[in-house]
Amino acid sequence: MPGLLQWLDEFAGPTLFEFAVSPTLKILALLFLFVLPLISYIVLAERKILGYIQARVGPNRVGPWGLLQPIADVVKLLLKEDVIPVRAVRWAFVLAPCLVVAPAFVIFSVIPFGPPSTGEGAPNWFITDVNTGLLLVIALATIGVYGLIIGGWASNNKFSLMGGLRSAAQMISYEVPQGFSVVVPILLAGTLSLVGIVQAQEGHQLFGLLPRWFVFHPTGIFAFFVYMVAGIAESNRNPFDLPEAETELVAGFHTEYSGMRFALFFLGEYANMIVVSAIAVTLFFGGWLPPFDFLGMAFLPMGLGGVLWFVTKLFAFLFVYIWFRGTFPRYRFDQLMDLGWKWLIPMALILVVLTALLKLLFPS
Amino acid sequence: MERYLPILIFGLVAAGFLFVTLLAARLLRHGSVESTNLDPYECGNEPESLAHDHRFSVRYYLLAVLFVIFDVETVFLYPWAVSLDRLAWFGFIEMMIFLGILVVGYIYVWRRGALNWA
Repeated sequence: MPGLLQWLDEFAGPTLFEFAVSPTLKILALLFLFVLPLISYIVLAERKILGYIQARVGPNRVGPWGLLQPIADVVKLLLKEDVIPVRAVRWAFVLAPCLVVAPAFVIFSVIPFGPPSTGEGAPNWFITDVNTGLLLVIALATIGVYGLIIGGWASNNKFSLMGGLRSAAQMISYEVPQGFSVVVPILLAGTLSLVGIVQAQEGHQLFGLLPRWFVFHPTGIFAFFVYMVAGIAESNRNPFDLPEAETELVAGFHTEYSGMRFALFFLGEYANMIVVSAIAVTLFFGGWLPPFDFLGMAFLPMGLGGVLWFVTKLFAFLFVYIWFRGTFPRYRFDQLMDLGWKWLIPMALILVVLTALLKLLFPS
Repeated sequence: MERYLPILIFGLVAAGFLFVTLLAARLLRHGSVESTNLDPYECGNEPESLAHDHRFSVRYYLLAVLFVIFDVETVFLYPWAVSLDRLAWFGFIEMMIFLGILVVGYIYVWRRGALNWA
């Protein structure tokens, strides 16, 4: 016993803090101070922006400018009755929303919100940086499909089943071009680590007029286009929100869900939206890097300028998501399949080959 | 390996978050649900059959098989893309042969109409 206590004191103490306690605190801070508030207020921002697009005001009753609306929504969802249909497959019905939310959250552990530590007490602005980062993101994002299809099937409802099948078909179809399109930034950066990919975008081209972000690379811009279309389809958002096409499928895979279980599906959808945007910023728009060095806000302590740039770019993408929803009509299912399989996949394949050729012909 | 530990911890935190929210909802919500509410939702009609009694289109299976083929290809592309610097032209030509075989399959599948949904 004294030996164990001594070991705990001398070795496990600092190690335990370094490897378990400190990351846990960072994770809790990220989740409860950034991700969850962001999701609640994107929902409000979406309703507001859609309102103005459609020449109405949007929510404005709860609190000033409707700012307390998300809190009211959460309270309402917590108090709602919980319907589990008698003919549903109970364990799968309960499991499904968790399978959507948990992987979407875990992806945030590898997203670099800001630069790595430069010493002087500055923290690493990410939870962890692994050399399989992007592969991990793709792998975790795929698990969400199980949640949708299990939820659709377990409800034992015809609308849910159709919605679940459709969303599974849609998500796996668009995962292929998405998987191909991210090969382009991997080729350009030569690493799968997300921090490494951002660092590879440092510097300028064209006599310092253009940042060396991968979106400004001749093939990178098309890869970004493929990634973004596939990403919007992956997160089941307009104009690809067929799984929940309300005019034909009521609410798709979550028709039978109510209360907090419905809220979890909702949370998962918005978390996925943030993930797709954050990955787009990281892979193509230089992550935390400012477009020009004099805009870098280096006077801010602890690398906060970089975080500010990342968040600004992230918000721009989230706004585009909402803007799309207010602008585009929904695709038909066969059109959706055509776009994925007959246009995006060949395009992404050609881009991969071209990028590799460019890289070998003009090694810089 | 210790760099992967925070990812595991994040998984545990996410699971804890789910547990706490669902538990809070269970404690706070009002309990009983009317029995008619527990039928499958069919816009107010009484359901004559259950969703699990019906079959669905075989196209979904076909799509799943196609997905597996293409997704395995992408997984092979990642390590190749990371180390293209070292593999140089040898690696490039090898990957072109690999992708060439894939494209032949892709054209075959397209011409057989497996990619047409309607």
